[in-house]
Amino acid sequence: MPDAAQTLDAPAIPLTYARKGGEGGGRGFGGGGDGDGDAGDERRRRNHRAAMTAIWFTLAPVSMFFMAFASAYVVRESLGGDWQPLVLPPLMWVNTAILLGSSAALELARRRLDDAQGLQRWLFAATLLGVGFLAGQTVAWMGLAARGVYLASNPSHSFFYVITVAHALHLLIGVVALGYVTWLGARGRVSPARRTAVDVTAVYWHFMDGLWIFLFLLLSVWR
Amino acid sequence: MSDSAHAAEAHTETAHAVHRHPAPTGFIAKYVFSVDHKVIGKQYWFLALFASFMGMALSLWFRWHLAYPEQGLLTPEGYLAILTMHGTIMVFMVLTTAPQGGFGNYALPIQIGAEDMAFPRLNMLSFWLTLLSLIILLAAFFVGYDAKNWVPGPGSGWTGYAPLSVVEKAQAGKSGAWPQTMWVLSIAVFCLASLIASINFIVTTLDLRCKGMTLMRMPLTVWAWFVTAIISLLAFGVLLAGGLLLLLDRHLGTSFFVPGNLFIDNRVVTEHTGGSPLLWQHLFWFFGHPEVYIAILPGMGLASHLLANFARKPIFGYAAMVYAIFAIALLGFFVWGHHMFQSGMHPMTAVVFSVLTMIIGVPSAIKTFNWLGTLWNSKIRFDSPMLYALGFVSLFVTGGLGGIFLGQNAADVYFHDTYFVVGHFHMIMGVAAIFGIFAGSVYWFPKMFGRMMNERMSQIHFFATFIGVYLIFVPMHFVGLDGHPRRYAGFEFAFLKTPEMIAWHKVMTHGAIMTAVAQLVLLVNIFYSLFNGPKAPANPWEATSLEWGIPSPPPHDNFAGVIPVVNHGPYEYSVPGAPRDFIMQTDAPDILRHSSSQTAHIPVPTNTSASEKFPTLPPESSSDAGGSSGAAGGGSAPSDSGSTHA
Repeated sequence: MPDAAQTLDAPAIPLTYARKGGEGGGRGFGGGGDGDGDAGDERRRRNHRAAMTAIWFTLAPVSMFFMAFASAYVVRESLGGDWQPLVLPPLMWVNTAILLGSSAALELARRRLDDAQGLQRWLFAATLLGVGFLAGQTVAWMGLAARGVYLASNPSHSFFYVITVAHALHLLIGVVALGYVTWLGARGRVSPARRTAVDVTAVYWHFMDGLWIFLFLLLSVWR
Repeated sequence: MSDSAHAAEAHTETAHAVHRHPAPTGFIAKYVFSVDHKVIGKQYWFLALFASFMGMALSLWFRWHLAYPEQGLLTPEGYLAILTMHGTIMVFMVLTTAPQGGFGNYALPIQIGAEDMAFPRLNMLSFWLTLLSLIILLAAFFVGYDAKNWVPGPGSGWTGYAPLSVVEKAQAGKSGAWPQTMWVLSIAVFCLASLIASINFIVTTLDLRCKGMTLMRMPLTVWAWFVTAIISLLAFGVLLAGGLLLLLDRHLGTSFFVPGNLFIDNRVVTEHTGGSPLLWQHLFWFFGHPEVYIAILPGMGLASHLLANFARKPIFGYAAMVYAIFAIALLGFFVWGHHMFQSGMHPMTAVVFSVLTMIIGVPSAIKTFNWLGTLWNSKIRFDSPMLYALGFVSLFVTGGLGGIFLGQNAADVYFHDTYFVVGHFHMIMGVAAIFGIFAGSVYWFPKMFGRMMNERMSQIHFFATFIGVYLIFVPMHFVGLDGHPRRYAGFEFAFLKTPEMIAWHKVMTHGAIMTAVAQLVLLVNIFYSLFNGPKAPANPWEATSLEWGIPSPPPHDNFAGVIPVVNHGPYEYSVPGAPRDFIMQTDAPDILRHSSSQTAHIPVPTNTSASEKFPTLPPESSSDAGGSSGAAGGGSAPSDSGSTHA
């Protein structure tokens, strides 16, 4: 267990270069041609860093996008009038659990980067659970539609569909990414040294997980 | 949504991120589907060039109509459509595209010593999405076609206020649903493009700086692009969300923005109930106000860069400039309410927005003060980029003055929705930013295309445009003070139809025509110089930043495989004891070691080669510094510099 924790906290390739640019771009800059292992490692570290920076900054506009919906939701709800509170289908609790399970599976996979079989198994589980969440959401929407809850039937319904569908579409991108990582894992292309894809996906996936919990609470509590 | 599409992209992209891609050979790969940041920058630049002439033609069209409404050049709904298209094209396709997408893409990687952007393929994607967005927007001209009454576009203004932008019948004329829908779709695609691009800018700036390029050694242009990218990152997602809700309201019968019981076209609108038009305004202006800074910040960065360059002095208060950029960006997110003072707002809320708006004046004043401080006691080289940069400062200050009045919620009761507002934002956000674009174009043209632009034509263009825009937009303030409301296709009210009012409108229209003619000079200059201009040296402006240390135009990977190492700050001009009056960022760290200690460490302005056109670098300069310790500073501190610093 301490072993696993270590892999999590500190990537196996030491990402030691300075953030302030002092060391940043110096090495490996023009070394495209020589192709020795050292330059390759350097490039991999730089790529890993750039990808991680990118994914962390990607979370900002995603947050703003959903915060726009959330604040509009709160404002519209406060206008009252024709607003009919929507009771969320209980199935969504199950979906939430499935999504949490998917995040957990992905973390378990990330602790097994050097164990090809375990890695593959847990990545597959994470992807499957992600698909399960989307399937569960679809069933929930269909159930609501059967009860006469449509996009335009009431403002609360409109917001419910807009927020959950927008989240599901974002999640779909995550599922595609997970599928890709699983495929990489099956091809033996994920290892402690080649972990960029799985790390980037994990940041995004966990964020989608946390975002869902926020949205779910918003929709179920602030009615 | 593609903000997250990026997540999927990111790891497929990483294989090529920070990776030197081979130089493409075919024409298509080299100039059309290119992943080279320099080509993409030029693509953005040409896109903005096309869009700016498009937008200008539209403005001439309705400007003529405003001066001579009796000629019936436009119907009222046609006027609104042309107005909307003008605003949308200019704000999104010119002011957002050229300073950031164009110059940022071209110059940022070189200025920080990188061989490309962090994610070249995402970079290409953002350009092509921008182009797609422009095509969708231009399609809005034609989809409203009706045999009897062609309405060339949506009529809701570039702000797309609901319910005008939602309820079809609310827009006069029989244009149908499509023009406004195309408008929303275009904006949505543009949001995606900008989000992808801004992530790329941020990662490039944070992770790809070369050795020695610390944050506080970055040129102020880089700081401005970086902060602009952060603003885009936070603002465009909100606009995208609002745009999607607008689309749902338009086509799927939801009621986010449309209240119930609207009475339009002699009938009650029953499709919508209980929505809030204010909600759209909040979502829109939460994006809309930061958008002002997206347009102007790159211009500010460039003005700082050029003022130091052509005044041959270090920028006054570099750190203060950086912090002011951040302060403006931060405050810019808390003032959107000042666009909505008259929309129905608690007076206390309005006061808060008003006070925050006033506070933005502080970092703006810091910047202006530092620009003047940079110019103080300098011997200015009035090359054309400097003219445009000075024009930028002038227009920024003039435009900003109007903002002081508009930002007061009490005064705004009077000014709101008059031509005063139009004059103000055209001054500060429109033409000031456009002058930034002019400055960048003339300044980087030699680097981008390897040829110098014609100096005389640039000067003619500058003075004609400078006078022209003042002729257009200062009278607008007067007309607004007289109560002329904006967005009216003619003199609808009797009190407006005075000889003075008509005369002012004619002055504005003829100013616009003069300005437009001046732009033809620019166009001729660009295309003439593109093929016939004199070959540009590597460093025609004797500047310090990294792009001037490489050939014009640069090789495919910018530094031809040589690793740049930065040893100096970006604005080391007229350093006492230096062999030349500027120290390039990549110059040796000990360039001053052999200089005498006779001179105090005060930057001394010089007047070297002000008249010399396109001087080339003295190759022997560093060697003579070592030999004669006493006279080493002589080259950069001629005798008259003593008097300026006495």
